[in-house]
Amino acid sequence: MTTPLNTHLNFPAPDDFYEALIALHRDLTPAQSELVNAKLILLLANHIGDPTVLAAAMAAARARIDVTAQSPDQN
Amino acid sequence: MSADPVDYQTLVFPYARSSDQQASKPVSHPVVIAGAGPVGLSAAIDLAQAGHPVLLLDDDDRLSTGSRAICFAKRTLEIADRLGVGQRFVDKGVTWNTGKVFLRDDLLYSFDLLPERGHRRPAFINLQQYYVEGYLLDRARELPNLEIRWKNRVVDVKSQSDGALIDIVTPDGTYQLHCDWLIAADGGRSAIRRALGFESKGQTFRDRFLIADVRMVADFPAERWFWFDPPFHPKQSVLLHQQPDDIWRIDFQLGWDADPEVEKQPDRVIPRVQALLGKDAKFEVEWVSVYTFGCQRMEKFRHGRVLFVGDSAHGVSPFGARGANSGVQDADNLAWKLSLVLAGKARENLLDSFDVERVQAAEENILNSTRSTDFITPKTAVSRAFRDATLELARKWPFARRLVNSGRLSLPTMYAHSPLNTPDTASFAGTMGPGAPAADAPIRINTAPDWFLTQCGNEFVLVTFLDVGSLSLLTPAALASLASARVPVRLLNVVPPGTRPHAALIEDADGYLAQRFDARPGTTYLLRPDQHVAARWRAFDVDAVLAALDRALGQAERTP
Repeated sequence: MTTPLNTHLNFPAPDDFYEALIALHRDLTPAQSELVNAKLILLLANHIGDPTVLAAAMAAARARIDVTAQSPDQN
Repeated sequence: MSADPVDYQTLVFPYARSSDQQASKPVSHPVVIAGAGPVGLSAAIDLAQAGHPVLLLDDDDRLSTGSRAICFAKRTLEIADRLGVGQRFVDKGVTWNTGKVFLRDDLLYSFDLLPERGHRRPAFINLQQYYVEGYLLDRARELPNLEIRWKNRVVDVKSQSDGALIDIVTPDGTYQLHCDWLIAADGGRSAIRRALGFESKGQTFRDRFLIADVRMVADFPAERWFWFDPPFHPKQSVLLHQQPDDIWRIDFQLGWDADPEVEKQPDRVIPRVQALLGKDAKFEVEWVSVYTFGCQRMEKFRHGRVLFVGDSAHGVSPFGARGANSGVQDADNLAWKLSLVLAGKARENLLDSFDVERVQAAEENILNSTRSTDFITPKTAVSRAFRDATLELARKWPFARRLVNSGRLSLPTMYAHSPLNTPDTASFAGTMGPGAPAADAPIRINTAPDWFLTQCGNEFVLVTFLDVGSLSLLTPAALASLASARVPVRLLNVVPPGTRPHAALIEDADGYLAQRFDARPGTTYLLRPDQHVAARWRAFDVDAVLAALDRALGQAERTP
């Protein structure tokens, strides 16, 4: 199946990116990190814009997550 | 601003015994409407204006208690114009077009809801529901064929193939009526809906809000101000809105754990208001209400001879002003169809299009309202994180402002997939496609300035756009065919600006009409009695017009 989402390696320096992503959250509380992640997603999603790419990325992110494994008090 | 000479809030309408109550068998009426709120009154006036005898029943003997619905949208004002009360609404109401959204102390952005010139009515007015009902009632009382019975509570209904049998409780006891058609405008807790075993289903939200209407002289502008997390009411939202008579609506989000009884007490309300206005502000609390809400609707709004309009059929959150506005639009959609059915000019199946079109509208309103509510009251930690992230980004970047949702304010529904529409056969630019509500524009008739929409409505209207020097697109034969159509069709001949004045022509004063309808000489529009577009063409063709008229009357599939 073809997807509009580019899942081939697209980072010029993958290790640099990963290190920067982790460093972005240094010294932040979990709540602050959650806010930073949310802002990052919104910025990138707007940059991409194309709803088919965004939908494919959302589906890929959620794939193989077992909803039934959640305990009932989680939401 | 001076107080209105009539204090609509204190009016009491005396119960009067009707001779129907001692009849040996149920007296029959063509149309009974249950509920004299804005929606029931609108439907009653619309049908009575068309000449039908209407009986309107209300369980109470007063108008709305408290201001309740206060935001009335442009489309509702246009309908009110058709009902003869639009000018009173606008004269009394506070006109506004601008909304502002704040995060804590900072203005995030402001929006203009009517950036275009050349419309008779503003995007919104604010007017207390008791004025809206009072003005509609004044109009209703001018119509001799519209009877109102106060303290007549519909408690039970039996649906029949030829109408409905209604049980009514009055101060003198119970009586029964028969009606050919029953319009249920009896509100969110509709007794008619319950009696017939139907449900309004959907989602309820775990949040509570406090409305405080305060009377004060203040220099806030006539704008809709919405705060997320303001310093005077941390972690929650607040809405501030001006009403006539120096009354201000303040809506505080309280959260689900708030105790509604406690929160209504003055010792709780006054400090909240003071926190917003400052401790030296002088104000009186007029009306207080703590509310919750759901977004829900009935599956179908037509059940045989019983038709559900307004809150009985659907409910939304107040953010977006989609409750009363959509209810009045239900009435607007229903009245002309029922009128033609009552007059024997259309078959009953025309009323199925009321269901199709207004269910679509309800879905649109519920979708918008649910999205606003999910933004204002995030349900989960991650939903809150995205909401807060959006607000933070909105300080700096316009893209995020477009995601901030403090209510998407009521706009009329475009019935794009209505069975009454004739699909386009030519290409048009703009938004005036089949199903769209006709746009307004300034016009002149014989040099006198007027508005396009005042010329439309109540019957089918054929709008033709002419070239300079032309008086009509219609040949005498075409005029004769049109005159023999099963319903009247009024002709409007539109000419470009600067054309020599003529009583039979409508001058497109500033050229807005041709622009908004993407019209060229020859362009022809068929408008329904509710001013929505039924069909349009690049050239006039009487057979095409008659076929579109049949379709708009629900006669698309003729049996041979």
